[in-house]
Amino acid sequence: MNVAEKPVIAPESLIGQRIQKKDAPEKAAGKTRYIQDMVVPGMLHAKILRSSRVHAKIKSIDTSAAKALPGVHVVLTAADVPNQQPIGVARDHLPLKGERVRSLRDEIAAVAADSDEIAEAALKLIRVEYEDLPIIAGPEDAIKPGAPLIHPAPLDADGQPKSLPPKTPVAFAGKADNIAMRFDYTHGDIAQAEAESDVVVEDTFQLHYVTHCCMGVSGVIAEFDASGNLLMYSNTQVPFLHKREFAEYLNIDPSRVRIIQPPIGGGFGSKLDIYPFEVICIFLARAAKRPVKMVFTREEEFLASPTRQPVLLTLRSGCRKDGTLTFRQVHTLHDNGAYTSWGATTPFVMMQTFSSLYRVPACDYHTTVVYTNNPYAGSFRGYGNLQATFAIEQHMDMLAERIGMDPLDFRMKNAQDAGEVTGQGMTFKSCGFKECLTTAAERSDYRRKHADNIANRNARGPVKRGIGIASMLHVGGGAKIYPSDGCGTILKLDDFANVTLITGASEIGQGSETVLSQLVCEELGLPISAVTVVNNDTAITPWDVGVHASRTTFIAGNSAIGAARKAKAKILAAAARKHGCDEAELDLRGGFVVVAETGEPLVELARLMRNLHFSDKAELVMTTFYYEPPSVHQDKAFKGDVSAAYAWAAQVVEVEVDTDTGIVKMTKVTGTHDVGRVLNRLGLEGQIEGGVVMGQGYALTENLIVDNGVTRNPNFRDYKLVTAPEIPEMDITFVESMDGEGPQGAKGVGEAPSICIAAAAANAIYNATGVRIFGLPFTPEAVYRALRGATPKPHWQAWKPA
Amino acid sequence: MLLKHDIEFTLNGVRKRVTVDITMNALDMLRDVVGLTGTKYGCGEGECGACTIRVDGETRNSCLMFAVDFNGRDIVTIEGLAADPKADALREAFVEHGAVQCGFCTPGMVVQASHILDTHPDADAETIKRGLEGNLCRCTGYKKIVDAVESACCGGR
Repeated sequence: MNVAEKPVIAPESLIGQRIQKKDAPEKAAGKTRYIQDMVVPGMLHAKILRSSRVHAKIKSIDTSAAKALPGVHVVLTAADVPNQQPIGVARDHLPLKGERVRSLRDEIAAVAADSDEIAEAALKLIRVEYEDLPIIAGPEDAIKPGAPLIHPAPLDADGQPKSLPPKTPVAFAGKADNIAMRFDYTHGDIAQAEAESDVVVEDTFQLHYVTHCCMGVSGVIAEFDASGNLLMYSNTQVPFLHKREFAEYLNIDPSRVRIIQPPIGGGFGSKLDIYPFEVICIFLARAAKRPVKMVFTREEEFLASPTRQPVLLTLRSGCRKDGTLTFRQVHTLHDNGAYTSWGATTPFVMMQTFSSLYRVPACDYHTTVVYTNNPYAGSFRGYGNLQATFAIEQHMDMLAERIGMDPLDFRMKNAQDAGEVTGQGMTFKSCGFKECLTTAAERSDYRRKHADNIANRNARGPVKRGIGIASMLHVGGGAKIYPSDGCGTILKLDDFANVTLITGASEIGQGSETVLSQLVCEELGLPISAVTVVNNDTAITPWDVGVHASRTTFIAGNSAIGAARKAKAKILAAAARKHGCDEAELDLRGGFVVVAETGEPLVELARLMRNLHFSDKAELVMTTFYYEPPSVHQDKAFKGDVSAAYAWAAQVVEVEVDTDTGIVKMTKVTGTHDVGRVLNRLGLEGQIEGGVVMGQGYALTENLIVDNGVTRNPNFRDYKLVTAPEIPEMDITFVESMDGEGPQGAKGVGEAPSICIAAAAANAIYNATGVRIFGLPFTPEAVYRALRGATPKPHWQAWKPA
Repeated sequence: MLLKHDIEFTLNGVRKRVTVDITMNALDMLRDVVGLTGTKYGCGEGECGACTIRVDGETRNSCLMFAVDFNGRDIVTIEGLAADPKADALREAFVEHGAVQCGFCTPGMVVQASHILDTHPDADAETIKRGLEGNLCRCTGYKKIVDAVESACCGGR
């Protein structure tokens, strides 16, 4: 194009636009290849034999018949892998269990065969002899004096404790009790704050098992090359952490582990930990000297993938007559299951909500995490915040009612503002909390409906309407848990001014490829189509701590912007040299270098790139940037500004309760989120709507029934996900608080939308019926019983070990 | 000893002749024998809709069919919808309306939506929701999927 004929180019911004997801056309055409779809030449198919007992000693395992089956290449038990390393968050279990099984998901043997069918047939030929042990079916049993130990010290044949070699699994180290972890946090003077309270309420809340239900089941492919280097195709959300961990388990140098992430069929936190199946698949590949693929069935996914952390929680809260909160005291009992995964560490997030969602002068928080023979809980979107918010936001309504104050006014009186430094040391640099509250309340006509519904409780007809509000605080600028919370970017422009963005950040369907492209294009004045994202290969991409904690847009976004700004500076400097002007006068727009003030195009960017490259002083535009957020690690007392920014929201839930049947229909959700700034409006709406409906499932329909260690409903018929006809009307709006550290002002939002729904639904059911329900989920049966006073109120005497 | 059976059917407009185990399900045949992986395994028991295909025009969960049931039938999978201009518009609507996140349920959704479009070209949101009831999605909360299908319905009006 002749530059002279090109009209001036006005500044245009992509920020806040509705940007189509880059990978959507492939996905909508069925062309995207997920791990389930991948075929590696020569690969074998693997299956795992799991325990048929909840808690037992393994007396013997006989794999001879399985090994003899034609088509079977390898059968492994713990005895075949003598140097297994302990895995998991607390390094408390081995991938293959040899002496003892502690839950029904426990892995006893694994088979690699020519086909899934042969592997399945081989599993049926393996004979395991057990000796049953007493079952600890719930957390309250685990702390009873004299309770059987889930992880007792191993004994020699003569009954003496074994002397254990170094690096022994914690699971074998022996424990004097069933306590896996403890968390104790406090700020302020609880006793004095309680003495100054006019009203004190105390209740126990019971939070149930739910699970991620990613539509793509778990899967992994492992293969070794001729030099013993490991290549894994994995759905992990944290490839760089896992690269290091897998190397540790194999006792090889981490540089010899490469992880490629095919497109992932849903994450939601489920893929943050290393699970036994992944390590076992590596063992099989090593033994078979062939690539090995292992993919779960849906039933297996329900039985052997993580759950949300079930919690028993006793909360004591107080306030003054004028509506000022005085204190909160919290004791929780976390059912860890048989082993420790991330679910055990949800108190990191829960205590933030108790200490800092509202201004509360004194807060005392205690969690005991105990081993049982149940499935073990992992991280799940919200990371304990759904559980904490369920308790807090019901107490906010209950306290307000006790002092005769409107629930919205009560929240507004205690809500945080920008500039606040909380008792836990969190610093709220941007905070649109109050605007979220007022906006959601006004848009839903909360005050009028709340009053009308109370007045209509005794009106004729079985269906009662209710409205409830709840609020949330969540990290929105990463979370400094690991030594670094950073993300690296490599950015290059080719000689056609197309950008390759190589980022450490993983795409799990949330739209990170698109939003990162958008942020780069905003800097470089290019269309989204000019960007190719490379983000799934540890051999190529720079380090990133992983996709969790709602951090990717914020952290990877700032990293991408940093790399793009360096590229822009280099481009403008080159253009200024060439055109004899000052680079400060130039800008990039519409694929051109332009004079910033007039918009007059100076040179097409692609042409400038070619001039740079194919010249005597050949030069390419390639930049790198590593972004580390300005947050700090918490100290031993859990205090510290752990995130660079915090996200806020208020959600109003409207329900219709059929008092004849107990059916609760969620009719409308009005949500207002402080997202810092809207980047991709289309992607943001999608995240919020999806999160709201996931919250609806947590509140109303989803319930993984674990009965004496046995999961009773491992299928979609009996584990009810919300379906299309059941979704509420959704009115979603955004507060733009323009966070100073955020990429273009944005904050993280991935987890936020699920957090308030169950709490707001509880308040709405109370508003409709005058009955408060302290346990989830609000299934028809549970609500029917509660309305008739037939549900015993959960009660747990707050307890902590001496 | 597995019994084999020869079957002949039309797959995405092309005649196919395949020898299959009589116990093989149709989903496994499509994915592992024919090599079309757009049709997904989500649950294997007809609860999630990720494996939705069209059989003589109607939608079916392929995981609940035997491969031999394809004999003599006209089968269309997500890959086959590439040749259908109406389905083109539908796919574009999914992209434009943000109806795709992780994308694992999307092929089944698009196939189911193509049937809604054919049978209820003027469907309103409530009809579309009913039509998608058998297809589970964990990411989107369904709203944008319903919006996409509705716009394609209205687009055809």
